[in-house]
Amino acid sequence: MSDIQQTLRAYAERFTTRPRERAPLSAHLRELEAESIFIMREVAAEFERPVMLYSIGKDSAVMLHLALKAFYPSRPPFPLQHVDTTWKFKDMITYRDTLAEALGLELRVEINEEGVARGINPIGSGSNLHTQVMKTEALRNAMNKHRYDAAFGGARRDEEKSRAKERIFSFRDANHGWDPRNQRPELWRTFNTRMKPGESIRVFPLSNWTELDIWQYILEEDIPIVPLYLAAERPTVERNGQIFMLDDDRFPLEPGETARQRMIRFRTLGCYPLTAAVESSAATLEDIVMEMLTARTSERSGRLIDHDESGSMEKKKREGYF
Amino acid sequence: MRLEETREQLVERLTRSGDKGVLRFITCGSVDDGKSTLIGRLLYDSKLIFEDQISTLEKDSRKHGTAGEEIDFALLLDGLEAEREQGITIDVAYRFFNTETRKFVVADTPGHEQYTRNMATGASTADLAVILVDARKGVLVQTLRHTYIANMMGIRHVVLAVNKMDLVDHSRARFHEIVAEYLKTADGLNFETITAIPMSARYGDNVSHTSEAMDWYTGPTLLAHLETVETARDEASQPFRFPVQWVNRPNLDFRGFSGTVASGQIAVGDEIVVAAAGTRAVLQRIVTADGDQEAARAGQAVTLVLDREIDISRGDVLSGADDRPQVSSQFAAEVLWMHTDEMLPGRSYLLKAGGQTTPVSVTTLKHKLDVNTFDKEPARKLELNEIGVCNLSTSRPIAFDAYKDIRETGSFILIDRYTNLTVGAGMIEFGLRRATNVHTHAMDVTKTRRAEIKHQKPAILWFTGLSGAGKSTIANLVERKLTEAGHHTYSLDGDNVRHGLNKDLGFTDADRVENIRRIGEVARLFVDAGMIVTCSFISPFRSERRMVRELVGEDEFIEVFVDAPLEVCIARDPKGLYKKAQAGEIKNFTGFDSPYEAPESPELHVRTADLSAEDAAEQVIEELKKAGRLG
Repeated sequence: MSDIQQTLRAYAERFTTRPRERAPLSAHLRELEAESIFIMREVAAEFERPVMLYSIGKDSAVMLHLALKAFYPSRPPFPLQHVDTTWKFKDMITYRDTLAEALGLELRVEINEEGVARGINPIGSGSNLHTQVMKTEALRNAMNKHRYDAAFGGARRDEEKSRAKERIFSFRDANHGWDPRNQRPELWRTFNTRMKPGESIRVFPLSNWTELDIWQYILEEDIPIVPLYLAAERPTVERNGQIFMLDDDRFPLEPGETARQRMIRFRTLGCYPLTAAVESSAATLEDIVMEMLTARTSERSGRLIDHDESGSMEKKKREGYF
Repeated sequence: MRLEETREQLVERLTRSGDKGVLRFITCGSVDDGKSTLIGRLLYDSKLIFEDQISTLEKDSRKHGTAGEEIDFALLLDGLEAEREQGITIDVAYRFFNTETRKFVVADTPGHEQYTRNMATGASTADLAVILVDARKGVLVQTLRHTYIANMMGIRHVVLAVNKMDLVDHSRARFHEIVAEYLKTADGLNFETITAIPMSARYGDNVSHTSEAMDWYTGPTLLAHLETVETARDEASQPFRFPVQWVNRPNLDFRGFSGTVASGQIAVGDEIVVAAAGTRAVLQRIVTADGDQEAARAGQAVTLVLDREIDISRGDVLSGADDRPQVSSQFAAEVLWMHTDEMLPGRSYLLKAGGQTTPVSVTTLKHKLDVNTFDKEPARKLELNEIGVCNLSTSRPIAFDAYKDIRETGSFILIDRYTNLTVGAGMIEFGLRRATNVHTHAMDVTKTRRAEIKHQKPAILWFTGLSGAGKSTIANLVERKLTEAGHHTYSLDGDNVRHGLNKDLGFTDADRVENIRRIGEVARLFVDAGMIVTCSFISPFRSERRMVRELVGEDEFIEVFVDAPLEVCIARDPKGLYKKAQAGEIKNFTGFDSPYEAPESPELHVRTADLSAEDAAEQVIEELKKAGRLG
């Protein structure tokens, strides 16, 4: 068993046999935690077929941790749904499967087999088509197949401008589209959860968290994360001024490119050919938090899909992207 | 970087810096007061704007900006494409920044009058309001409007940010003049602190650094004030309230009630009361994933375990034994209307307060408030962004407090029953005493007994459709057939209702709603008496037909859609009304200059363009038999 697998098994025991002794949380994290727990309980109480969209990243790790706390001593009363584009880092899949098993949670994995059959991939097909088919469409398929009426997502309002105005309970029409101009006003903590059959709601319990809050919470709560977030020597290649990790042999080098070992880590995890790494020596959580306190680039800058033009995320969301 | 810092040291440092928790505040002011610039400045000065965001900003500033060659901070905030193109802020945006001592959540809301609802939304979760004033313009009508709304929404701390001081030569006299003018109004409201700060957001003066140009000002900068202001209410003195969100039952040995303490505090061993039922128990455990706690206070998400099994479910409010919330189905509240479909007294909505959701209607609209002056004005309906004081009546009693005492248990939203949209927000003022004195008197003779001796089951036959569609003709035939067969019936239509019971009502939307409400109540009494009652009314709105449907048992309401195309109705025009409407002599005529919302799933749909009245009546009788109403 690898280190991360052992860590995850020990983590799962915290919610059954061995609660953790620890210093009290920072005041603002206590408030954010209580708010997120409130939101999750509302969803469990008011929806018939809720689900947690689980992406394996640090935000998902925090979201799942909050769910484990919210319903304790019960298990979270909903399954985890992962949309697998088949291009995730290998470490992510190991982490995902070990954690779900250790916690005894139902994990559902959706792969757009039609996209696989068509040979859609992030390198040859381009990031737009790949995201549309393997992510947005696959998500829609999963939503329709399991008839989820509410889906938790780990998005935060500080990530991107169009997210800053999105509600915590974000309504989707029967085609999973988002209409930013027709959002329900959201007052106090009174969430309107009513809708017609076929419609659904995306719920963002981390809306009011910032990237720093996430890291600080992971540190203070000692939540295991995918090791790729921590700096290590990894095989990489530089392309268009960005560094990519060579996770398997599906990322062919172009003429003139050479593979090189670099000390890198990731600030965000997605499909490996679309997720740029940063050179970093931050090998522990403490290092990362310190790096965050002095960081000068926002985390989504490592994601190629937002870059075309500002406003591109809003467009994707209207089409049903999370 | 202090990479040599150990985990313990780092955690300790971070924990200490977050000691003051989160301050949620709202900024208000018109587009020109520099609101977005101020927030952009706060983010920029607290180094929350990253390099790549600045380069995007520079690109966007050249494309859409209004600040010439300078960075237009407002573009950082106006997130949606439409807003950036139009240069206005139409929705609430939430922004975040941290300083060494506090985390901030800023709700940036639009200033125009037509966005009152957006401001109220932002204010509903805020502890403090920053109200911007342009030093050149001084206190404007909308400055006061924002102040009233902040006050109404329960904000107790205000910062009067007198901005653009650089454009009035940093004049001390001008600043004091504005402050004095503002206090004339604000002093009379419920604010605990009012802090006036002269500033220049564009250059950062008195935002995060003290201003050399305004050395006469000795108070704190805006950021220093936000870092230190105490907004926490005196929670220990507040009564304990715990709205139950979710019953936690992992196995037969554990039954807990999960929720967040809304106010006050509770400790193991305390007695608690279920507000609506009055049942009591003793608190045995306070469970969290981090271990049991001895006590819990406002804001904490916990799971309570009681010493005995009593009936508690989602929506119940737990309180201390001696200071309980009010429980009533009638109360007075301030209501902010948030939808283009106006609020009409008598119409049925859903009310959601905490975990309690119940049908509700406004029984009286006492008056509306002018949003600019908060003066009272008589009104018969509320339109988008209007605020009114209403009496409301819910289908079943709810537990609540006055909003001014406890925001959490004193607030509710109103939901349209058809579109499911959030259409209103309410702040409860007080319970109405009369509700507690009207008790249902149990009768010996029941509806069933009355109907039995008539050998039928009571029902409402509701005929809806355009004028001239044939409602009354068919209803008349139906009643004749039923009477001939020995059934007991009664018939309600415009002629016997408009001249008596409803002679005080006209044909505005508000009056139409009240008209149908009264008819529905009368029809219900007939159903109670065991009768089959035919009702022939245009009844153009789905929500009113639904309201009547819900007054009686599920199988006691039979909706008959009498459907004829408008041209056919105009050609028939039995009462000459279409002619008058065309001549402009009648206003608000359905199908003409007032809408008709056709039923989506009526029990019976008769198309009278190609069906005789006799055949239509037969179909209705068949439907009655099918529904088992004829014994």
